Formats: sequence, structure tokens, C-alpha cells
Amino acid sequence: MNKKQAISVSLIAIAASLLAGAILLLILGKDPIAAYTHLLQGSGLLPKAAYAAHRGMFTDFMKFLTAMAPMLLAALAFAVALRGGMFNISIAGQMLAAGFTASLFIGYSSLPALIARPLAVTLGLITGGAIGAFIGWLKHRFNVNEVVSSIMVNYSLMYGISFAINALCLDPVSRQSVRVGEAARLTLRNIPLGDYITDISLGILLALAAAALVHIYMTRSIAGFSARIAGLSPTAARYAGIDLCRHYTGTMAFSGALAGLAGVCYYMGYYASIQMKVMPSMGFDAIAVSLLGCNNPLGIIGASFLITILNKGSIYMSAMSGVDMEIASLIIGTMLIFSACTAYMGQKLYGKNKGKETAK
Amino acid sequence: MMHIITDSLAFILPLLIMAIGGIFSEKSGVTNLALEGLQGFGAFAGAVAAALCTAHLAPGSAAPFYIALLAAVIGGAVFSLLHALLCIRFRADQVVSGVVINLFSLALTTCLAKSFNRIFSHTAQNRISLDIAPQLPGGFYTFELIIIALAGLCWFILYRTRFGLRLRACGDNPNAVDAAGLSVERIRYTAVIISGGLSGLAGICFAYSVTGCFSSAVYMGYGYLSIAALIFGNWTILPTLKACLLFGLAKYLGYELVKHLNMPSSYSDLVMILPYAVTLILLIFYSGSTRAPRALGEAFDKGKR
Repeated sequence: MNKKQAISVSLIAIAASLLAGAILLLILGKDPIAAYTHLLQGSGLLPKAAYAAHRGMFTDFMKFLTAMAPMLLAALAFAVALRGGMFNISIAGQMLAAGFTASLFIGYSSLPALIARPLAVTLGLITGGAIGAFIGWLKHRFNVNEVVSSIMVNYSLMYGISFAINALCLDPVSRQSVRVGEAARLTLRNIPLGDYITDISLGILLALAAAALVHIYMTRSIAGFSARIAGLSPTAARYAGIDLCRHYTGTMAFSGALAGLAGVCYYMGYYASIQMKVMPSMGFDAIAVSLLGCNNPLGIIGASFLITILNKGSIYMSAMSGVDMEIASLIIGTMLIFSACTAYMGQKLYGKNKGKETAK
Repeated sequence: MMHIITDSLAFILPLLIMAIGGIFSEKSGVTNLALEGLQGFGAFAGAVAAALCTAHLAPGSAAPFYIALLAAVIGGAVFSLLHALLCIRFRADQVVSGVVINLFSLALTTCLAKSFNRIFSHTAQNRISLDIAPQLPGGFYTFELIIIALAGLCWFILYRTRFGLRLRACGDNPNAVDAAGLSVERIRYTAVIISGGLSGLAGICFAYSVTGCFSSAVYMGYGYLSIAALIFGNWTILPTLKACLLFGLAKYLGYELVKHLNMPSSYSDLVMILPYAVTLILLIFYSGSTRAPRALGEAFDKGKR
């Protein structure tokens, strides 16, 4: 299956799940076109009927970008691991841990913005990377299935962090962690820009830079090439003299670092505080985004744009048309199921060419 | 001391029956990470059935409970068809399929529970409450007996019947099964459906004993715990039981510790880590010596040798 075919299979998966969503909305007695329009309006892609002062489609779109940044980074994290033959299911845990450490050590300090922001990013990268490296090392050293160990790490982190929030930085009113200072946040708040007062996302710049970096890593670097070989066949990689320990640990560390960055963008950009005992569902949506985007950075940018419309727009949709917000996650779920069988669809559609290559 | 045993059994036995379901599926060669989603869907189906028939029965009757168990088994089995179709018919990556089904199940059941409540109780909440499960004297639940009986039956089927032998052969050498003139696909479908039914049963038991209702809280990762249990158990039933016992005791002894040392209740979060941390540590020690079924995770391809 070549690139064009892979893209068309992804598009079919997207169209099919949107159609399934529309049918579901019809069954529930809602107008699907209105609901989908509200999704786009909520994401700042179509003008709403009315706006508050200094707000507009532009400010909505800037808000949309702050939500898209962590999504894009999380999906890149999944893609990097998958290209190396591993499933990083602990993206959610890595995001949580990175967001927490960055909030705790940088977010609550009184450092000036110029120092605080880079430090928060670095701390997030290190925390996420360390957890990823740990999981990769367990796989290499002790043959521990990375999916199962990831899940265990996720739950341990979730409960551990909610205990720590309770002990260290609980806001008794909101029952969440105390909000981080504006100086450390990756979203510049309430910046006057022309007629608008808008938020500016620094995270999206980081995310796009990361996408470029991942593209170079996957297609132009020795490390990316050997990770791919090791992913396709560890035996072949060993014969070719590739250090598998370095591969497992390194690939997962890279993936974890991206997830950590996503966590900082999520908890110190999109939001400013951490909910207790909740894992960011974005860490799991990342799987859908990465599969839909064919594990290719450019494809992932498109896919994360789409999934963010569903996630972000669903709030406005449920307010305007009375549709449950869960419909959006149901549509994402359907998309996931279709994208899981892209290899089969490719085989059916394009016959002789084996669809298997694109799966990895 | 006694209540630790009764409390932990209500956690251990559903975990065991779900792990046994996993063993059926994985021994036939289909990786089943979807257990988490299957148990959630089973819990949902059971809770809906119970809520529907409680209204029509005399209060205090145990019938809704048994109807709920049956509905959960059927619900889990039907939902597992999705995993079977994706893995066997559509040759999707089995790990991806499993994870995808877990996410889909969570979204689907939350959505359906909301719609259900809107129609039948005119509220917009996403939880369906359950009555207390019938208990035997001594604090044991009746579902524990059912699970013990089923576990014994499963052991017998897997190790002492012709079907069990064929199922295990499918996971190690599907070509031999094919050469013997049997359909590998059909055996795998059956195995996945059995695992779905057993997971559904486990799900409704968790809903009754742990959360007391159906809500998104039934997705607590116990499905993944049971997968970890069957990996320690080296894909065999009796050692898996030991692993489940260990998890259960780790969890409830931790609670007792918090209670006895008079620690503030926020420490219970730390205790919640215990089963997961114990799992991780045990995985480190046991993963090296375990051997997965040889054909696990691969779709059967007749033409491939």
C-alpha cells in the first residue's frame, strides 16, 4: 500500500465514523448537520451567531490551538514508540507526572517568565522521558510486556499523584491542585491583539517544532532508522549490530519525553491545575490520532486537528444542541475501530499490495 | 480477620474468572487486552437488566441479581464479538484492537447509560444504581459460589476435554489444528466469546461488590490486572489463582494497615497503588521465565508455513 492509498484509507475511516456519528445523532432525534456545525463553531472554524466584547472567531481559534498542542505532542509520542515496535500506553501517566512535577517545582515558584517557562518544559521532558525509559528498560532487561507495565505505571502514578496533591498543593475550594502562576504557563493569557483580547499558545509552536523533529528523526537519522529495524524485527536488528537495550530504552525515553511535553502543555497551558484521580483521556485519544495519521508527523498534524475539533467543539455542541458530550468520544471510538482495520481495508481496496507494511 | 477474607474474596474471585477468560482467549492465540472493556460492557448490560426488572418484581427479591448476572454474561459475550471480528476476520493488530475496544466501551456505555437514565428515570446522570447483592451467612456473596463452580468447569473444559485440547493447540500450532481438518477461526471465535462472557460476569460482580452501581468507575483497570495475573500464572489456571490471591491480599491488607495505624483517609490513595505496584514488581521477577503461547497475537494464515 503506498502513501496515497494509506491516506485514502484513513479518509475512508474518518468519513465512515462521521457518518456513523450522524446516524447515531439522527436516532437520538438531533439534527446531525446542526451538531457538526456547532462542533466547528466551538472550535473557532465557523463564525458563531454572537460574540462577547473583544471575542470572535479568531480568539476561539487561538483557544482551539492551546487544546491542539498537547494532543499533537501526545500523538507524536505514540507514533515514535510505535515506529520502534512498542506501544506506549502510559502516555496519560507520563503527561500527568510531567504536569505535576513541572507545576510543583516551577509553577508555584516566583521565577520570572523567561526562566520559568524553559525550566517547566525541561522538567516535563525529563520526567516523561525517565518514565518512558524505565518502561523500555523493563522490557529489555526483564522481558516485561510494555503494555501491561505501562498500565500499572499509569495507575500507580495516578493514585500517587492524587495523594501528593492532597498532601502538598490542594485547593480546598475546587478540589484540584492549586493553579500555577501565569509566569510559568505556556499560554499567554488576555493579550490585546488588534480589536481582540486573546490567548496565545506557546505550546503549539513547541508541538509543531516537535513534529518537524520527529519527521527528521524518522526519515533522516541513524537512530530513527535503527529503531525502525528493531521495531520490525528485533532478531534482524541484533544481527545487524544494533544495541537493543539502547533501542528499547532510548525509543521509549524519546516517546516519554514528548508525552511529558504534552503534559506540560496540557496542565500548564490548556489548563492550569490538575484534577485528582483522573487520567487525561488525551493520552488515549493519542492512539487514535497516531493511527489515523498513519504514524506520519504530517498526517498526525491533520488528525490531531480533526480530533481536537471533536473534543473541543463538543462542549459548545452540547450547550447549543443538547447533545451529550460523550457523543464526541463515541465518534472518536468508532474512528479508532475503523482505523484499527486500516490494513485490512487497504488489502481489500487495493488487492495485491500487502497492507501490512503500513501498520508499523 | 474474617472480614478481610470475605472482602478480598469479592475482589479476588471476579478477577480470577476474568483471568480465566483471558486464558481461554490467549491460549487460542488471540491476545485479549480488551478484557477491561468487556467487563465494563458486561457490568453495563447487567445493571440495565437489573434496573429494568426491579421495577416489575416484588421488592427484596433476588431475581434481578441473577438476571443481571445472566445479562452481563450475554452482554460481555456479544460485545466480545467485536474483538473477535477485528482480530480474526479483519486481521487488525490484536493489541491495538484490545486497547481500542476498551476506549470504545467506556465511551459507549457512558453514553448509553445517560440515554437509559433519560428515558427511564428522567435524570441525566451516567450511573445506574444496583441493589445489594444477595449474601450467604458469614458475609460471602452468592456470586462467589457461582464463580468457583464456573472456574472448576473452565479448568475441566480446558484441560480434560477434546475441545480444550484443540483450543490450546490453536495457540501453539494452528497449522496442526488446520491439518486435522478443524477450523482454527471457529475455535478462536468460541474462545474469545467465552472470554467475553466470563469478563462480563466479572464486571457485574465488581459493580455489585466494589462500586455498588454501574458508572465509569467500573473501569478501574482490573481487566489489566487480570491480564497481569494470567501472565504470572504462565497462562495456566491454578497458578493464576495464586496471583489473584496475592493481589487481593495486597489490596485489603493495605486498607487494614491504614485503618489500624489511624492514618488519615487520604492515605488510602497510597494503598490503592499496592495491587498495581505489586503487579509491576512481580512482572519483573516472573516475565523472564514465562512462555506465551507460540502463535499468540498472530492472525491465522492458511497459506503461511
